Amino acid sequence: MPHLTPSGRLSLPSPSRRTLLRGIGGAAVLGAGVPLLSACGSSGTAADPKTVTLGSNASDAVPKKAFAEIYAAFTKQSGIAVDVNTKDHNTFQEQINSYLQGTPDDVFNWFAGYRMQFFAAKKLASPIDDVWQKIGGDFPDAMKQLSKGEDGKYYFVPLYTYPWALFYRKSVFRQHGYQVPTTWDQLVALCKQMKKDGLVPIAFGDKDAWPAMGTFDQINFRLNGYDFHKSLMAGKEAWTDPKVKAVFDHWAELLPYHQDGFMGRTWQNAAQTLVSKKAGMYLLGSFVAQQFANKADADDLDFFAFPEIDSAFGQDTVEAPTDGFMVSRSPKNHDGVVKLLEFLGTPAAEQIYLKADSSVVAASSKADTSSYTALQKKAYTMISEAKSLTQFMDRDSRPDFTSTVMQPGLQKFLQNPKGVDGLLASIERQKKTIFASA
Amino acid sequence: MTTDTSPKSPEAAAVPPPPPAPAGGRTPRGPRRLLTRRDRITLAFMAGVPTILHVALVWLTALASIALAFTNWDGIGFDSIKWVGLDNFRQLFTDNPQFWPAVQHNVVWFVVLILIPTPFGLFLAVQLDKRIRFSRVYQTAFFLPVVMSLAVTGFVWQLVYNPDTGLINSVIGANTPGHYIDWIGDPDLNLWAVLVAASWRHAGYMMILYLAGLKGVDPSLREASALDGANEWQTFKNVVFPTLRPTNTVVLVVTIIEALRAFDLVFVFNKGAQGTELLSILITNNIIGESSRIGYGSAIAVVLLVISLAVIIPYLIATFRKERRA
Repeated sequence: MPHLTPSGRLSLPSPSRRTLLRGIGGAAVLGAGVPLLSACGSSGTAADPKTVTLGSNASDAVPKKAFAEIYAAFTKQSGIAVDVNTKDHNTFQEQINSYLQGTPDDVFNWFAGYRMQFFAAKKLASPIDDVWQKIGGDFPDAMKQLSKGEDGKYYFVPLYTYPWALFYRKSVFRQHGYQVPTTWDQLVALCKQMKKDGLVPIAFGDKDAWPAMGTFDQINFRLNGYDFHKSLMAGKEAWTDPKVKAVFDHWAELLPYHQDGFMGRTWQNAAQTLVSKKAGMYLLGSFVAQQFANKADADDLDFFAFPEIDSAFGQDTVEAPTDGFMVSRSPKNHDGVVKLLEFLGTPAAEQIYLKADSSVVAASSKADTSSYTALQKKAYTMISEAKSLTQFMDRDSRPDFTSTVMQPGLQKFLQNPKGVDGLLASIERQKKTIFASA
Repeated sequence: MTTDTSPKSPEAAAVPPPPPAPAGGRTPRGPRRLLTRRDRITLAFMAGVPTILHVALVWLTALASIALAFTNWDGIGFDSIKWVGLDNFRQLFTDNPQFWPAVQHNVVWFVVLILIPTPFGLFLAVQLDKRIRFSRVYQTAFFLPVVMSLAVTGFVWQLVYNPDTGLINSVIGANTPGHYIDWIGDPDLNLWAVLVAASWRHAGYMMILYLAGLKGVDPSLREASALDGANEWQTFKNVVFPTLRPTNTVVLVVTIIEALRAFDLVFVFNKGAQGTELLSILITNNIIGESSRIGYGSAIAVVLLVISLAVIIPYLIATFRKERRA
């Protein structure tokens, strides 16, 4: 019994250490918990037929402004307001799980491919076949495939896409008289020549751990073809297969021509080496153009598809991640959502976006390409002529596998290209347990 | 606890004894019944709310994550929780290429902190304790990194270590092809690079702890040793340091905790990539994300919990034993 005065006032000389600690602990947990909980909820407005809520991951200035312009145009046309709830891009991705299970906004930004299918299969998204009846004619077949869940229903409206390729500066190639390589041997020879000429042949930065996945994808589908790549990503092939080993052997052949110190460099910093003409080439998505602030430099930027390795597959596959919109499981304003998505699927909406962000191209085949920059035109042609489109390793496969196994695994390979056999055996073991848990 | 219930303060003593029991035939409970109804409600509220919060937010969550460590769960809907027994632990100990490096790095973290910045902090404290001129300025300068958030410290050191544009590589010219030093990426270097930053902060922290300890050293002890003809080092070694025993215990515990909870600095620095894996980062990487492996991440968290308990329980036992004796 603690010391109590008859009036009931506590007259403890001092709180015991344990109660104090407990109080502090509780307060700390509470303090950490509150923002987390509030971050899960949406703007929380009640169902209003004149408003559609939209969860946005477009936190960077350029896309944020571009999206705002699209929504303004929609409001003007339909009289329905779009209440945008923008979150930091990475935070959005980290919280997507609890966000979609809580009280999500009616519509949200997301990615095509496996990552869309995952939430569709978990019933955290609504099918939108009604929207596609209207907009279906505007999209090429490859985009239609990308927008369907595993159950064959549509869940996604694509807005824009962008290719991965080898980027270079025309003036550098002109100055040294380089030719665009179309075969693996030509690529290796070009790297050798660039090194001789004092250039970094291939700019590279893998601090964020995902850029390396792009290189793996390119070599794999050039060497083993689209079908094998897809099936490997789906966990149906063994990573210990000699075909996979061959990918790493090819990669190891190119590694000496990659920029030194890539593990500590972000893609943005690596892109600066291309901007400053110290690097000859850079394998990345076309968003690399965002780093070319100066217009003269931007006009000098060009790209070519990753060279052919096996003539059976040529250059028929293009890696073209696609971003767009999905509908949460029970939108408050269903009619408004349908109208908004139909609008987002129109070529007009895409053009508003592309005017503000010229590093990507429209997903629609009806979008007007006349205002495209030379780079956009080339990207558009490359994507529309591709026989198969891939998304990206972490969009074509289980994200838990790619982030916890492949990202550290590829970094390990980059540090020690000789230990491939042990590494692949380890990846295969981990893959089996992760894919078995589906 | 004593059973003494007599009033402690004069005004409390002035309070009249409790009113006689209402005429209902109930027997008064005597002097033990000291609380009015309102007091009891207030007390129940004051003790109850924190207890409920504590149990719900600390104990239940801890127990839940222990339970989840034996399951497989992607965090979507409770019906997708699957019992897998010890599978997560088996995978962790045998298949995860990052687990043992992470354990090892947590140990390295502790050893480095206790061997380098801790003695250095003691050294600084001893120097500052001599009341040299500008001692407050030095004190502030060394303590400043402790005030700063470790995430900010991470950003600052990242700028220093950046392989292309960082201070070090620019000064020594180690950012040209062929002479490259990748402080952040090289697995043989990056842990040490982060530890420099961690030590930079830890030294200041230790300095303040030791400074407080040194203030408590009886000056007459020093005088006595001076009279006995001991030099400065002998005085420190034989007189001052032994009296710092309680401080040393605190320092040891604080350092162990720092080593186990190491996270923010590395997460900002390179997200625990090759060479800087830590248990806390493995937990985060597995639990946070779109299709999270909550069961697996919880298993790592349980390993960290067990390690923490193995360190903290003996300490608590020792402390309480000492208190009881006192």
